[in-house]
Amino acid sequence: MNGFADPRLVRTLARAIAAEAEKLPRPVTFMEVCGTHTNAIAAAGLRRLLPSHVRLISGPGCPVCVTPVGYVDQAMALAEDPRNLVATFGDLLRVPASSGSLEQARATGCDVRVVYSPRDAVDLAAANPDRRVVFLGVGFETTVPTVAAAVLEAEKRGLANFFVLSGHKVMPPALEALLADPALRLEGLILPGHVSVIIGARAYRPVLARYPIPAVISGFTPVDVLRTVLELTKQVVEGRAELVNLYGRVVREEGNLTAWGMVEKVFAPCDARWRGLGDIAGSGLALRRPFASRDAGQFAVTLPTPREPAGCRCGDVLRGRIDPPECPLFATACTPDTAAGACMVSAEGACAAWYRHERFAGVA
Amino acid sequence: MCLAVPMKLVSREELKGVVELSGMRREISLMLLPEAQVGDYVLVHAGYAIAQVDEREAEETLELLREALAGEEA
Ligand code: SF4
Repeated sequence: MNGFADPRLVRTLARAIAAEAEKLPRPVTFMEVCGTHTNAIAAAGLRRLLPSHVRLISGPGCPVCVTPVGYVDQAMALAEDPRNLVATFGDLLRVPASSGSLEQARATGCDVRVVYSPRDAVDLAAANPDRRVVFLGVGFETTVPTVAAAVLEAEKRGLANFFVLSGHKVMPPALEALLADPALRLEGLILPGHVSVIIGARAYRPVLARYPIPAVISGFTPVDVLRTVLELTKQVVEGRAELVNLYGRVVREEGNLTAWGMVEKVFAPCDARWRGLGDIAGSGLALRRPFASRDAGQFAVTLPTPREPAGCRCGDVLRGRIDPPECPLFATACTPDTAAGACMVSAEGACAAWYRHERFAGVA
Repeated sequence: MCLAVPMKLVSREELKGVVELSGMRREISLMLLPEAQVGDYVLVHAGYAIAQVDEREAEETLELLREALAGEEA
């Protein structure tokens, strides 16, 4: 399947986009909703292949970036209790809490373990029967089924010491919140490919019926992304607003029903807070009653007043209001080694992607 | 964080599978994709297979693209 990075095809697609863009009545902005797209686009230098009047901006699709500071504070407080062992994906380790980070907590002796899979956290619970193992559940629809499966596995293995701090989020309500924002001028959406693997193309139809806009479910290779941009450009030129699935090799209309069925068994929708987007009804997932005893939110902790990093404009970046270099701290006070905000910490954050790949674009 | 990588399922025993990518093998869970068959390419995320990759569709996509864009080639 290396054809999806074929340089000749990439060049031809770029040329086709340029030709199509000639017909555009005005400059257009498309949003790549997903952080994995942000990273893929930056790593392949795709922005530079596009005509200047076709602009791509990043959206709220980096799970770590949209996790509000209050969640990280709660995770820190849990880690500080010696009865707890906190298991997390590596991305969360360096995200700033109101003060410090999980990485710093670990350096002072708190038991924070990085896992590759929620299954590893279940194994940790089996290996440490006298500890409470708290898995930090952060992620979108792609990741939630793996956490649901881990909860069911812990049930099956009778591991009462496996807990989840659910900060999970779902995409359609966030898209709706974005599209309802009159300040944001968008001509098209690049929809998250791996979220779509789970929820299917059908999950977007209600939102897109309310807010019609060209929308394409896209894969992550250079060929996938450019094909998507070409399709979006064509739709604008032709005055269409359709949902098109260009990632049909893994995304089906109905999604992965087994995976989503497991999510619905373990989690129920709840309201959730997003950094940058604020509170969005029905955009979070909480453990359902039969599994409520595994909710790490039940443990009493003392929390500081949540304090977002001073001067950080992650919120505006996540809403597509500014590009990272418009933040005064970008590449000065804020770099991947001295990250002020989550968007610079996470490998998928827009600030980190711009810093690593686009910082000198246009300078040379 | 939604990164998922296509890998080949080389063996399975109930819901435990072994996938391979460039010679590296890794154990994964098939709990979310019980219908996967040995020989399939599956998309792997955080230790779980989450989708079968339709290889024929992938090839057809590239083929169609090449044809459609043949006119653009200079
Ligand atoms: S550059 Fe740093 S401080 Fe500025 S928005 Fe991005 S993460 Fe926040």
